[in-house]
Amino acid sequence: MARYHVSATVNGDDVEFLCEPEQTLLDVLRDELHLTGTKEGCASGDCGACSVMIDGRLVCSCLVMGAEVGDREIETIEGMADGEQLHPLQQKFLDYAALQCGYCTPGILIAAKALLERNPDPTETEARFWLAGNLCRCTGYDKIMRAVMDTAAEMRGE
Amino acid sequence: MSAAEDLGYQEKTHELKWVGKNVTRTDGVDKVTGRAQFGADLIMPGMLFGAVLRSPHAHAKINGIDTSKAEALKGVKAVICRDDFADQPSEMIQVGELSVNIRDVIRNVMAREKAMYDGHAIAAVAATTAAIARKALKLIEVDYEVLPHVIDVEEAMKPDAPLLNEDMFTDGVDPKPDKPSNIAKRLEIKLGDVEAGFADADVVIEREYRTRPVHQGYIEPHACVASYTEDGQGEVWASTPGHFLVRAITARLCGMDVSKVKATASEIGGGFGGKNIVYLEPLAMALSRKCGRPVKMAMHRNEVFRATGPTSGSHMKVKIGAKRDGKITAGWAELMFQAGAFPGSPVFPAAMCAYACYDLENVLVIGWDVIANRPKTTAYRAPGAQISAFAVESAMDELARELGIDPIDLRLMNAAKEGTKAAYGPTFGPVGQVESLEAIKNHPNYKIPLGPNQGRGVASGFWFNIGGETSVTMNVNDDGTIALTLGNPDLSGTRTSISVMAAEELGIEPDRIRPTIGDTTSLGFNFISAGSRTTFAVGKATVEASRVVIDEFRARAAATWDIPVEAVVWEDGHARPASSNAGDFEPLSLEDIAREAKKTGGPIAGHVETNVSGAGPSFATEAVDIEVDPETGHIKVLRFTAAQDAGKAIQPNFVEGQYQGAAVQGIGWALNEEYIYDDKGRLENPGFLDYRMPVASDLPMIDAVIVEVPNPNHPYGVRGIGETSIVPVMAAMANALEDATDVRINELPLSPPRVLKALNEKNGG
Ligand code: FES
Ligand code: FES
Repeated sequence: MARYHVSATVNGDDVEFLCEPEQTLLDVLRDELHLTGTKEGCASGDCGACSVMIDGRLVCSCLVMGAEVGDREIETIEGMADGEQLHPLQQKFLDYAALQCGYCTPGILIAAKALLERNPDPTETEARFWLAGNLCRCTGYDKIMRAVMDTAAEMRGE
Repeated sequence: MSAAEDLGYQEKTHELKWVGKNVTRTDGVDKVTGRAQFGADLIMPGMLFGAVLRSPHAHAKINGIDTSKAEALKGVKAVICRDDFADQPSEMIQVGELSVNIRDVIRNVMAREKAMYDGHAIAAVAATTAAIARKALKLIEVDYEVLPHVIDVEEAMKPDAPLLNEDMFTDGVDPKPDKPSNIAKRLEIKLGDVEAGFADADVVIEREYRTRPVHQGYIEPHACVASYTEDGQGEVWASTPGHFLVRAITARLCGMDVSKVKATASEIGGGFGGKNIVYLEPLAMALSRKCGRPVKMAMHRNEVFRATGPTSGSHMKVKIGAKRDGKITAGWAELMFQAGAFPGSPVFPAAMCAYACYDLENVLVIGWDVIANRPKTTAYRAPGAQISAFAVESAMDELARELGIDPIDLRLMNAAKEGTKAAYGPTFGPVGQVESLEAIKNHPNYKIPLGPNQGRGVASGFWFNIGGETSVTMNVNDDGTIALTLGNPDLSGTRTSISVMAAEELGIEPDRIRPTIGDTTSLGFNFISAGSRTTFAVGKATVEASRVVIDEFRARAAATWDIPVEAVVWEDGHARPASSNAGDFEPLSLEDIAREAKKTGGPIAGHVETNVSGAGPSFATEAVDIEVDPETGHIKVLRFTAAQDAGKAIQPNFVEGQYQGAAVQGIGWALNEEYIYDDKGRLENPGFLDYRMPVASDLPMIDAVIVEVPNPNHPYGVRGIGETSIVPVMAAMANALEDATDVRINELPLSPPRVLKALNEKNGG
C-alpha cells in the first residue's frame, strides 16, 4: 500500500511521517508520532477527546486525514505547558479538581484554550456552547466551567 | 492495645491538618499535560494490533468459522476463535457487586455455540497494522443460522418467547419449572406482612414503570496490551478498575496459572461499573500466545455500545399504602430486569435498595432476572438501585400529592434512621437520610419561586457501599518520604484522598507521600475499585498501615532513648517522650528515624492485608427544577441540588465532583439516553451522535451539598460516596415534570416526543 510522506510542524517541532491513506491525524499523532496525550473517544467527531489545533483552528483530529496536514502547524496537549510552567487553564483545572478520570481533559483543555484565544471574556453560556462538542462523563461539567471562567478572569487580569 | 487495632471512628480532639481540605491530586499534572498513560497509550516494541469480528445478528447458531483466508493475508500474525479456548464449567465468581458464572464469561468473551447479541465477539485477529487487522476480519467466513430473537423484557418472559438457553430453568421458584425459559431467577426481599399493611392503609398508590437500557458512557473505550512469552509467562496492561480481576479471568480463560499472569492497571478513563468485567484481555493474551508478539486491542465506540455495558432495561410494578397522616403501612414491588444474554442483572441490589430509604414494617419486593438478546449487562453506578428508585420514588411523589403533604415531609416522616431494620436484613447504625432531606429542605434553592411551565421534583436514594479484600504497603524511604503502594485503580482521585489520610496519621505533608497503583506481583489481592469502596476500604487499610509504621517509629525511638515503647508518643510527625517522667529527650522527626533506620533495625515498612468491613451506607436527597417547553416537549434543567451523606469528606472538591457527575449521568438517563434496536435486534444508535449524553450546554451548575454523619467503622468517619447521587435523579425529574405540567410519565426517557405526546393527551389532543 502506498504511504504518503508528510512534513508538518507539531508543537513547534518539524516532523516527518509516512502515513497510510486511511490514517487520520489522530492515528498519526498516536501511532506514528507516539504523542498519546490526544485521545480517541469515538473516532467520529462526536466527543472532542481528540481536539487539536491546526493553524490556530480547533479541530477534531479524528476527522482530519493524516495526509492532509502537510506544511500545517499542529498544536497538541503535549505543547500546552511552557516548559515547567503550566498553562493557566492547566493550573486551574488542578485547583478546581476539574477532572476525575482525566480522559477528556486534554481535549477540553485544548478546546478551552481555543475559546479564550478567540474570546477572552466569554459568558458562562458562551463557554458552555463552545465546549458542547467535548464530552465529559465524570464531572457533570460544573468544575470544568468554573475553572474555565476563572482562568478567563485571571488572564484578563481581574 | 496498639493504635493499629482500633480503626473505629474517633472524634478528633485536635484540628485535622489535611483531611477535609483540598489538596492537588497527585496524578493531576500527568493528566493535564497528556502524560498519563491510559489503556491504549502503551506502545511496546514489535507490538501488533488486534481487532474483533462481531456478530451482525442478535441470535444465531454458529455452524462453522473459516479463518483460512484471513490467516493467509500478509501482515496477519494470528487469528483466534472459540476453538482457541477451553470450555468452562458452571461456577459463580464475584465481580464487583455482582457475581457472574465463568461458563457465561467464556461465552461472552468469545461466542461458542451461538451468537447471543448484535456485537458478540466471534473471532479476533492480530496484524502488523490496525488497517490489516480490520481487512482480515472481512476475510473470516462465518456460517450463521439466524434464530428468532427477543430484546424486550416483557416479551422475553412470555411462554412462547424465543429461547436463548435450552438448559435454563428458573431458579427460586417452587416447584422447579419443567420447561426452560428466559427467566433465570426469581428472588424476594421480605419484611413483615404486606397484606396486613395494605389492609391497614387509607390510601394506596399502585403504578407500573418502564426503563430502557442505558450505557455507562465512559469516554475511554476498553483497551489493553498483552504479551505472552515462550516460557509461558504473560503480562497484561489494561484499562480496568481491577487488575487482580483481569489477572484471574485471563489466567482462567487462557488456562494459565495465576502466577504466570502479571497484570498492570493503566490509568482508566472512566468505568462507572462498565469495566468491572473482562472482554479483551483474554483475547489479546490468546493472540499473543499464538504469535509470540505483544498485541494491543482497543475497542471502537461502536463496539463499546454494542458489546459492553449497559445496565438493564426494566418493567416494574409498585404499590405503596399509607395512613392519611402520611405513615406508610406497606411497600410492595415487582421488578423485571433484562440481564442481557447471560443471567446476572442488578435486580437483586435493586430489590434490596427499593425501600431502604424508609423505616417500614411491611415490605415485599419480588425480582425477576431475565435474559434477552442484548449484551450482558454490567454494573452501572449503584447498580439496580437507580432503576427501582425511579419506580418507588415516583410513586412516593404521587402519594405525597394524594395526601397533600410536602414530598420532603412525607419522606422525613418515614425516613430510615439509626435503629431502622432494613427489609434486606441489617439494622442501620447512624445514617444520614434525615440529614440529607433536611439539607434539601433548608437549601435556598428549595425556596426559589417557580414560573410558568416550571416544576420542582425531589427524590431520595440509597446505596450500601462495600469494603472487601485490600492489601497496602507503606515503605519508609531513607529521606523520610513515603512510598505508598495501593492495589486499586484510581478513577477519580482516590490515591490522593488515601495519601491525605496517611499524611494526617503520620503528621507529614501529603506531598511527602507518593502513592502508586502496584501491579499484581507487588501486593496481595485487592478486590476491584467498585461499590464506592476505595477511599473507605483502602483508606482504612492505609490508616492501619500508617499506625503499624508509627508503632515501629516509636519502637525505634524507644530503643534509641533506652526507655519503654509505652513511654513514647507520636505527635506531629515526631516521636516524643510521653511525659517528663519518661526522660528528657529531643523529639525525633520522621526524617531522623528514617535516616537512622539502617542502624536501628533495618528498613521500616507497614503492610496490611485485610478484608475490610464496616462500610457505611450512604443516603442522598436531590431536588431539581425544570422548565418544559410546551411546544416541543423539551425539558430544560434550571437548577439541581444534590445532598448526600459522605460520612466525612476527605477531599471536599472530589466529593462534590462525584455528586455532580452522578447527577448529570442521571439527567442523561432521565431525558435522552436509551438503546434503540431495529426489528432484527440490531442496535441502531451505537455512537455518541445518536446515543445522546449530556453536554455542557444542556446543563446548569450542579449544587452539591456534603452531609456528614460519620461512619462509626472508619477512623475518619468515611462512607463510600461515588454512587448514591445517581439514584434519585430519574424520579426527581419525573416528579418535577408532573409539578410543571400535571402530566405524570412512568417511562424513561422523558424525551421530547414522549413528553409532547403526554402534554397533547392531557390537553385532549
Ligand atoms: S475521537 Fe475525535 S471527536 Fe471523538
Ligand atoms: S474526567 Fe472523565 S470523562 Fe471527563
